[in-house]
Amino acid sequence: MDVRVANVRKEFDRFPALRDVSLDIKSGELIALLGPSGSGKTTLLRLIAGLERPTRGTIYFGDEDASNKTIQERNVGFVFQHYALFRHMTVADNIGFGLKVRPSNKRPTKAEIRARASELLDLVQLSGLEKRYPAQLSGGQRQRVALARAMAIEPRVLLLDEPFGALDAQVRRELRRWLREIHDATGHTTVFVTHDQEEALELADRVVVMSQGRIEQVGTADEVYDHPNSPFVYGFIGESSSLPVKIEDGQVWIADRPIGLSTPNVPNGEATLYFRPHHVELLDECNGCIAGTVAASRRVAGTRRVELEIGGGRERVEIELPVGHPATQKSRVTFRPNRWKVFPKVVE
Amino acid sequence: MADPELYPADQLHEHASLATSESPASRLLLMAIAFAFLGIFLVVPLVVVFEQAFAKGIGAFLEAIREPDTISAIKLTLLVAAISVPLNLVFGIAAAWAIAKFEFRGKAFLITLIDLPFSVSPVISGLVYVLLFGATSLLGPWLKMHGIVILFAVPGIVLATIFVTFPFVARELIPLMQEQGTGDEEAALSLGANGWQTFWHVTLPNIKWGLFYGVLLCNARAMGEFGAVSVVSGHIRGQTNTMPLHVEILYNEYNAVGAFAVASVLAGLALVTLVLKTLLEMRYGAEIAATRGH
Repeated sequence: MDVRVANVRKEFDRFPALRDVSLDIKSGELIALLGPSGSGKTTLLRLIAGLERPTRGTIYFGDEDASNKTIQERNVGFVFQHYALFRHMTVADNIGFGLKVRPSNKRPTKAEIRARASELLDLVQLSGLEKRYPAQLSGGQRQRVALARAMAIEPRVLLLDEPFGALDAQVRRELRRWLREIHDATGHTTVFVTHDQEEALELADRVVVMSQGRIEQVGTADEVYDHPNSPFVYGFIGESSSLPVKIEDGQVWIADRPIGLSTPNVPNGEATLYFRPHHVELLDECNGCIAGTVAASRRVAGTRRVELEIGGGRERVEIELPVGHPATQKSRVTFRPNRWKVFPKVVE
Repeated sequence: MADPELYPADQLHEHASLATSESPASRLLLMAIAFAFLGIFLVVPLVVVFEQAFAKGIGAFLEAIREPDTISAIKLTLLVAAISVPLNLVFGIAAAWAIAKFEFRGKAFLITLIDLPFSVSPVISGLVYVLLFGATSLLGPWLKMHGIVILFAVPGIVLATIFVTFPFVARELIPLMQEQGTGDEEAALSLGANGWQTFWHVTLPNIKWGLFYGVLLCNARAMGEFGAVSVVSGHIRGQTNTMPLHVEILYNEYNAVGAFAVASVLAGLALVTLVLKTLLEMRYGAEIAATRGH
């Protein structure tokens, strides 16, 4: 099922949680809504589900306008952050609930519901736990039951709110891979919310990066990581260093000299240079480079991270050096980023 | 540093609890105080009630109970409880639902209103009804014209009882429902359940134990209420006397055995509810714990 969000705005008590958001989700896609808390990602998910109504704008399921349909009419599978399993029901009853509450002409028989529940338990690899209560399950198992319950109603779209948020790192990695497998096997259009970029980049076909109620960028993991389109995305996805620079005639200047980078499309004036710590090349001779003094260095796995003071200590950036590099305290390092981007300073 | 794995779990627990536990002597003292207090102020009076009731033998007790006015008082008390408890059950769920699950203006005010019967003396609650429905009140002539009798009759007693007992169910449910939030209801709706199915299959099972406690307390108070009922009842023997009022009348007539016999039946009803509650707690302890926490 294609889902289209068109110019949606959502206010809570006049406070805008989403400002004019548009997003196209293709049938069968696995989409991550990624952003810090307060970015509006959960609000967007709840709007798609029908748990909230948009203040303005339209949400389409396929060609039909679903904006004013209730959550029951939209037929979406929603997995809640804390699972919201029904405590007083067994695992099998939880999974069968969506079928049991159907109007009598569409309701499967008890035996059919039971069969469907164990089929889904097989799919989420929890066969044999039909009679357990949620309190008797581990966090990861509850998560799987919640997913099975959402899938039991044959939803048109599967929505997951921070699906791995409450789990420890090990279980989280396992479930991530498993969710991808389930998605590939069942082909549900799936949208999940996360604040964990690793999760989003690893799992999703496309990542929607959100900040302050707006969509900053939509793209594959490669696109948002390699070609961030805004300072926010540069800072939020992966690690990055930034330096205030000046642009003059397409040349990037730091303090009073050019650093050998040209950017013809950026207008003259103040700007900010962004680059990743590992996208640097060290230079022996400096005619056009960034020069800094080592302020601190630490070993991170297979590399060495060095913090440099630039321009007499006014600015600090981090770059990555090979482990063998003889950088020590106070030694001078000259480098130039080999992949970078300059964003003109936004006049507030 | 010692590996915590090396200690058996119970020993670890012992170590952890040392810092906050009292010495055996002070523990004993605290328990003694608690038991002595409860003994003097609760158990002894209760024993006295039963002792007095049977002071002249079981025959006198049965005779006192069989007295027509007493039987009518027992019937009236049960009738009042049977009307006011279900009404307050419905009202309590509705109020707790509104307060715990929605945001609206005047919520704090509603909570204060629910607490009102706790903070106002029951006598005043009764007087309010006299002022409202009495012969000289605004409503009085209209009621008289239509032949509706509220004061000094069963409707007045029921109204006063409802007023006094309405906080019990709501008060028990509000914190419980607030703690549980709306997640389960949203989940049920997302699975296609309608409002009624959601309430019946999800909300009600989640609150049933809190609801049960609330109903027990509400019932105990409904049967035992004296002040408010005393003002609106009119004390007509065999007609508008509830058990507590009847006890007072018999006592004032120096009929000790009669008074204590009725009192013992009233106390007996309270004990039955208490025993019932304890039995259910024992039987469903695990389930109660499960619905309270997560």
